[in-house]
Amino acid sequence: MNKAAERLYNGIIKENPTFVLMLGMCPTLAVTTSAINGLGMGLTTAVVLTLSNMIISLLRNVIPDKVRIPAFIVIIASFVTMMQMLLQAYLPFLYDALGIYIPLIVVNCIILGRAESYASKNPVIPSMFDGIGMGLGFSLALTCIGAVRELLGAGDLFGFHVLPTADHPWMIGGSSISFYTPASIFVLAPGAFFVLAFLTALQNRVKRNGEKKGRDMSKIQSGCSHDCLSCGETGCEHRFYDTQGADAPVGKVPAKEQKAAEKNAEAKEKEEQ
Amino acid sequence: MSDLRNVSSNPHIRSKMTTSNIMLLVVIALLPATCFGIYNFGIDALILVLVTVASTVLTEYLYEKLMHKKITVGDFSAVVTGLLLALNLPSSAPWWIGVVGGVFAILVVKMLFGGLGQNFMNPALGARCFLLISFTSIMTNFDCDTYSGATPLAALKSGESVNVMDMIIGRTAGTIGETSMIAIVTGACILILTGVIDLKIPGAYIVSFVIFIVLFGGRGFDSAYISAQLAGGGLMLGAFFMATDYVTRPITKNGQYLFGIFLGIMTGIFRLFGPSAEGVSYAIILGNLLVPLIEKITLPKAFGKGGERA
Repeated sequence: MNKAAERLYNGIIKENPTFVLMLGMCPTLAVTTSAINGLGMGLTTAVVLTLSNMIISLLRNVIPDKVRIPAFIVIIASFVTMMQMLLQAYLPFLYDALGIYIPLIVVNCIILGRAESYASKNPVIPSMFDGIGMGLGFSLALTCIGAVRELLGAGDLFGFHVLPTADHPWMIGGSSISFYTPASIFVLAPGAFFVLAFLTALQNRVKRNGEKKGRDMSKIQSGCSHDCLSCGETGCEHRFYDTQGADAPVGKVPAKEQKAAEKNAEAKEKEEQ
Repeated sequence: MSDLRNVSSNPHIRSKMTTSNIMLLVVIALLPATCFGIYNFGIDALILVLVTVASTVLTEYLYEKLMHKKITVGDFSAVVTGLLLALNLPSSAPWWIGVVGGVFAILVVKMLFGGLGQNFMNPALGARCFLLISFTSIMTNFDCDTYSGATPLAALKSGESVNVMDMIIGRTAGTIGETSMIAIVTGACILILTGVIDLKIPGAYIVSFVIFIVLFGGRGFDSAYISAQLAGGGLMLGAFFMATDYVTRPITKNGQYLFGIFLGIMTGIFRLFGPSAEGVSYAIILGNLLVPLIEKITLPKAFGKGGERA
């Protein structure tokens, strides 16, 4: 599998930001009252994520380590401002529906998380595909949650009247049928939690079945920053290898990266002296 | 040595009261209220009660069957949940309300958290609130063949006068099981006499509620108003049958008093200052959520810990 396809697969399925990483819960729960809102939020985030991943990856050797978070935020915020203005100009209905949650994309932890754990330590092209994959995964998840909530809570799907409610009955041969009463709790806040929990459970179930059949369901590593303390890769096989002494599986670290790490360590020692 | 045959590790004091016995007693204690509800509201109420109980029991059975777990339908806890839920529905509700509520109560509130003893919220009340938020117009429509118009609590809230005697007997509009104070208290007496519940939670609940009503109700110590507030709505049903649920009440003695007082104050706030006339279910659910914290601050000291050094 080449790098680009791997990043897409990772973002949409293996490390789906909503159902697996459980990131970006605020927009996930707040804006998914309908499938269109979920899709709009997901795609907006996807665009910002892709662009910010590319820029951060380009600047990864320029941004000083100590001020990287403010630097990331500035880059992300610029793209969010652009997206907000574009939405306001060309998709005003979506702009009104999403409201405050568009500017809040700045502090969406998926975007900052990918900048920190992938874009800041990988080249541009994989970072871009990582952004696209994660963004599509987020869009997919939000659309699913929005669709279920809209269907159960209003009997609609993408704004079309699907189930026969009292307001929009089916007309069959002159007689109107309306057997579905919308359960309005699903368009309210508690419904978001119910649907998210059930979809996550369903996704875990599918994954467990895949594991039983012998498919590899583990996460794909997203590159090493040699800073295990601030690294989120809990499944990393050489996590804290530098603290394990001689038993550490050093051989598994790519030779080039290891050399760089050793160089860093030497430089630090010299500085201290 | 043969006398030592039965010595085992603790607990050494055993009670003959099993879960099924307790639950069966609760079902028996609920029968007066159920029978009065059916007598009061007619055949619709009977159908709704049967459908709701059947759906809770069937949901529990199917879930445990599908998940390859031990079938626990025989402990009657699903029957209690179904019965309590049905008593909290208006008799005009369509049959599928009972099914949706029953499935939600057992599947989401009870079984997904690990079954009887693990649920953090009373399943019947959880389902009632789910239905109340989802299908507000159905759940607050108390019109039926016998009665029409507002429930006594709604009438009280809008400043109309109510017939307190009718409310105590139960000849008013309302949900199936909440109307008759006499029937509920009869059932509660069965539970108290058999030792299934005691008066700590209901007592603290009702007393603190009365004090709250006297202080903030705007009518002072008006006995007709107070008895109307006590007899109206689900207060009696909630205080004796739902707040005392073994799973979702605090286990410490002081915690139970605190729990009762919290429920009384919350019910008072919901009824007097909230937008709707009734607030017992939300009060008890909020109380259920606070139970772990209540138990934490009322944990009794172990023997030998604390106190003055001699």
